[in-house]
Amino acid sequence: MPSVGTLAFDEFGRPVLILKGQESKKRLFGIEAHKSHILAGKAVADTLKTSLGPRGMDKCMVSPDGDITITNDGATILSMMHVENEIGKLLVQLSKSQDDEIGDGTTGVVVLAGALLEHAEALLDKGIHPIRIADGYELAAKVALEHLDKIAETYPLDLKKLDPLINTAMTTLGSKIINRCQRQMAEIAVNAIMNVADMERRDVNFELIKVQGKVGGRLEDTLLVKGVVVDKTFSHPQMPKEVRDAKIAILTCPFEPPKPKTKHKLDITNVEDYKKLREYEKEKFTEMIKAIKDSGANLVICQWGFDDEANHLLLSHELPAVRWVGGPEIELIAIATGGRIVPRFQELTAEKLGFAGHIRELDFGTTSEHMLCIEQCKKSNTCTIFVRGGNKMVVEEAKRALHDALCVVRNLVRDNRIVYGGGACEISCAIEVAKEANKIPTIEQYAIRAFADALESVPLALAENSGYSPIKTLSDVKAQQIAQNNPRLGIDCLNTGTNDMKAQTVIETLIGKRQQISLATQLVRMILKIDDIRLPGEAEE
Amino acid sequence: MRGDLNTALNPIPLYKQGVEEEKSELARLSCFAGAMAVGDLIKTTLGPKGMDKILQCSMSGGPDAGKLLVTNDGATILSKIGIDNPVAKVLVDISKVQDDEVGDGTTSVVVLASELLRETENLLAQKIHPQTVIAGWRKATDEALRVLEGIAKNNSANPEQFRKDLMNIARTTLSSKILQGKKDYFAKLCVDAVLKLHGKTDLQGIQIIKRLGNNMSDSYLEEGFLLEKRIGINMPKRLENARILIANTPMDTDKVKVFGARLKKKKMKDKVNKILQHNCNVFINRQLIYDYPEQLFAEKGVMAIEHADFEGVERLAQVLGGDIVSTFDTPDKVRLGKCDLIEEIIIGEDKLIKFSGVSQGQACTIILRGATQQILDEAERSIHDALCVLSQTVREPRICYGGGAAEMMMATAVSQLAEKTPGKESVAIESFARALRQLPTIIADNAGYDSAELVANLRAAHTAGKSTYGLDMDKGVTADMVDLGIVESYHLKRQVVSSAAEAAEMVLRIDNIIRAPPRQRQRDMRNH
Repeated sequence: MPSVGTLAFDEFGRPVLILKGQESKKRLFGIEAHKSHILAGKAVADTLKTSLGPRGMDKCMVSPDGDITITNDGATILSMMHVENEIGKLLVQLSKSQDDEIGDGTTGVVVLAGALLEHAEALLDKGIHPIRIADGYELAAKVALEHLDKIAETYPLDLKKLDPLINTAMTTLGSKIINRCQRQMAEIAVNAIMNVADMERRDVNFELIKVQGKVGGRLEDTLLVKGVVVDKTFSHPQMPKEVRDAKIAILTCPFEPPKPKTKHKLDITNVEDYKKLREYEKEKFTEMIKAIKDSGANLVICQWGFDDEANHLLLSHELPAVRWVGGPEIELIAIATGGRIVPRFQELTAEKLGFAGHIRELDFGTTSEHMLCIEQCKKSNTCTIFVRGGNKMVVEEAKRALHDALCVVRNLVRDNRIVYGGGACEISCAIEVAKEANKIPTIEQYAIRAFADALESVPLALAENSGYSPIKTLSDVKAQQIAQNNPRLGIDCLNTGTNDMKAQTVIETLIGKRQQISLATQLVRMILKIDDIRLPGEAEE
Repeated sequence: MRGDLNTALNPIPLYKQGVEEEKSELARLSCFAGAMAVGDLIKTTLGPKGMDKILQCSMSGGPDAGKLLVTNDGATILSKIGIDNPVAKVLVDISKVQDDEVGDGTTSVVVLASELLRETENLLAQKIHPQTVIAGWRKATDEALRVLEGIAKNNSANPEQFRKDLMNIARTTLSSKILQGKKDYFAKLCVDAVLKLHGKTDLQGIQIIKRLGNNMSDSYLEEGFLLEKRIGINMPKRLENARILIANTPMDTDKVKVFGARLKKKKMKDKVNKILQHNCNVFINRQLIYDYPEQLFAEKGVMAIEHADFEGVERLAQVLGGDIVSTFDTPDKVRLGKCDLIEEIIIGEDKLIKFSGVSQGQACTIILRGATQQILDEAERSIHDALCVLSQTVREPRICYGGGAAEMMMATAVSQLAEKTPGKESVAIESFARALRQLPTIIADNAGYDSAELVANLRAAHTAGKSTYGLDMDKGVTADMVDLGIVESYHLKRQVVSSAAEAAEMVLRIDNIIRAPPRQRQRDMRNH
């Protein structure tokens, strides 16, 4: 009786209510609860399965407001799928945590978790207790992770030879729509990371990389700007559109004459006072401009606006200015140009100015839209990836894909060990785990074997999406791997003629894979341990 | 077994209520249906003999309620019709981007994308995987763009020839629009206007003023500049050798309410005096000029024009070569605008101010006349398209031939590639060529000719190496486009092909559509 609460009866046969509102609450427990969880988990995984791999398909999501997102990125799909089922939500979070931690492999982790759940179902039918399954999975995951470390190869990280990094980024980009210009995008991502990477700390500050999109042009027109691009223009139409060797004053104080605000109490009792006030205003303002001029700046970037008079005064003093630059952008400009953000005019000094070699306005197409491009900065370790594309959806998807590629390259900078993709490492782990299963004396060995089977679901899905007969392809590759003892053999998705992933340079990061296996196992273990689910009934109107 | 039964009978809801999901074949079906519907909707507007559409804005609410719109412009049509199909929205978006990027070709890009998807339907029925199709398309797109670049010509080194090219491009663009009757006249108008910009693509410098009445051929390009404003009362209506101060400054009273009129007057008078120190005889302000300062200006014989809008002021500054001024303490530093003559003229019923003999002619005004508002609106859109294309051509001066010549050229090259390519991709490449060939077919169909015959002839001509042959839609034959002067910008064509292929590829990759329930709107109870 899954949907009715437990009833207890007293000696007269009357029901005793144990929980409040018992009739309206839904309850699921025991084996039914497990079954329903597994079903939900599988449903989510099935949706994502077709997006896996270089031949994977995209999903089109329509938001409540009618906006469209077309994407291949697991985390994005799941977060926009409006999943309501509790277990479904857990999988959504699983993919999100993979995204936050690693940035790539968000589809793979969900597919793996789905497969683990599916195999657990078969074991449950055999009558194995969920806890034993969970423990078995745990053991198997340990074996798999150890094996991964064994087959991982250390990658040479050489700043002069970026090819290996580019290959990894290309693997990530392979499944996205922008694989049309895969090489170019991968180079952009690698160059961007190399630009900002701190090789001593082996870390990358993502804040220094901005990905800015603008519809129009082609994907091939995407470029990496070693500097900052802001969606702003010079404040006065007659200011020069190009500044060279700019010394930049970065201000966060309002650049306007002090106006009497409503809060101030200002007693103006006669004409003289009023005149004085006006004089004072003017004086203040010329002071401000003088302060900037004195510091040697020839460009002003201001977080606030300034009124017409200020604008003209700046123009007549030949000080080009940009107004209404938002917080994060102003910080980026400050970092890039090596300037300091100045909160008060009094504190403006020559040392606090930023420097940029070349600042120009870019204009696009026929819409008279402009952007400001700041290049040749003093500290050139900020950069902007400027994405172009034929429509809004492509640009958005390209931005997501580039983010993934950036994450992967960053992960390599942090930890330069790699494994081979295309399902190669999964197959290798599956073989190892299956071998290990036979050595276990307890009934956990069933679970461990199931884990090995589940690992094979990733290459299976890859083969299926690529249009091969999945089981035949997988068994061929598996046999080859065992025969040649070569963990680098995977599924040849692009039909290039070889299934050696080293030759195809299909490379994934070790931490990404590790994370996938351990996160998926953890989540499945958690789901298997739930045996009772209670839903609040409909709120009484 | 009771447990299993229960699980089967209790469906587990995965999504929120109201979420719809369409999977694989069904999703593809709805993708193609949407794309084809949009393509069919606007394909009748393609080409010189394309038809127009009437769009009526919804009758309920809004300032445009019940307004009529007659147009031939793809981007305008698509932006006005409400669309629910997600794929159709992608197509609307590419047409909008095409409009923003090049200004014309907005219909072609959508038609090409939808023809590509129509071809795919057949391919998928033959059990060819979408990814294989995409791989084929990529090769085809590269080949098409390579060929297109090969035939693109650059005449910018020769100003005379370049001007002729521009004229031809303008004529080609205008020939599908309402202005086709007077296309030579308007082509010249547009080319003159664009050449005045000296290579800038910012079309703000070109102002289009529409006035009801008269005939379309009474439209003209004003060498000087027109401002839709009135000259203040009691001021000279005609002024020669004007020295113009362009300002953006408040000429009303301060917000602080103090000792009333006396002080304000004094303040204003100071300001006016300062302005007069600039030795100007015309004062144009973006903001209002109140009665009192206006009177002061009138006394000094200075012409004052108030409330010129922002764009107007910028344009004036460009035309007259003056600064836009907001403070008046440094008269010696300010550049004044100059022009030979300012006078008030009357067009139709309205008075306008005309500035002639301006020093820097970087801006100009086109005055459109026409019998109805719809004609004027459509004429403005057409002129805008032509101006956009021209200004982009000035920047990227390569050209290629229109009338289906460039499409056929690409299609022929892509077909040859298909013959050389082994494997299933070849079928996809061939389908790309067919989609390209659809464009001349539709142009011929719209003109009422036997498209099958014409396109076959055209294809034969191209295969025989006559790569400049296209369709002559006046006579209904294939002809050399060089003689006819039907020229299009290379940038436009490249953008059409790459953007349509990109969009079609994106749509083809979709195998699942998940639709969230529409956001529930709270009823507005404020008025009840």
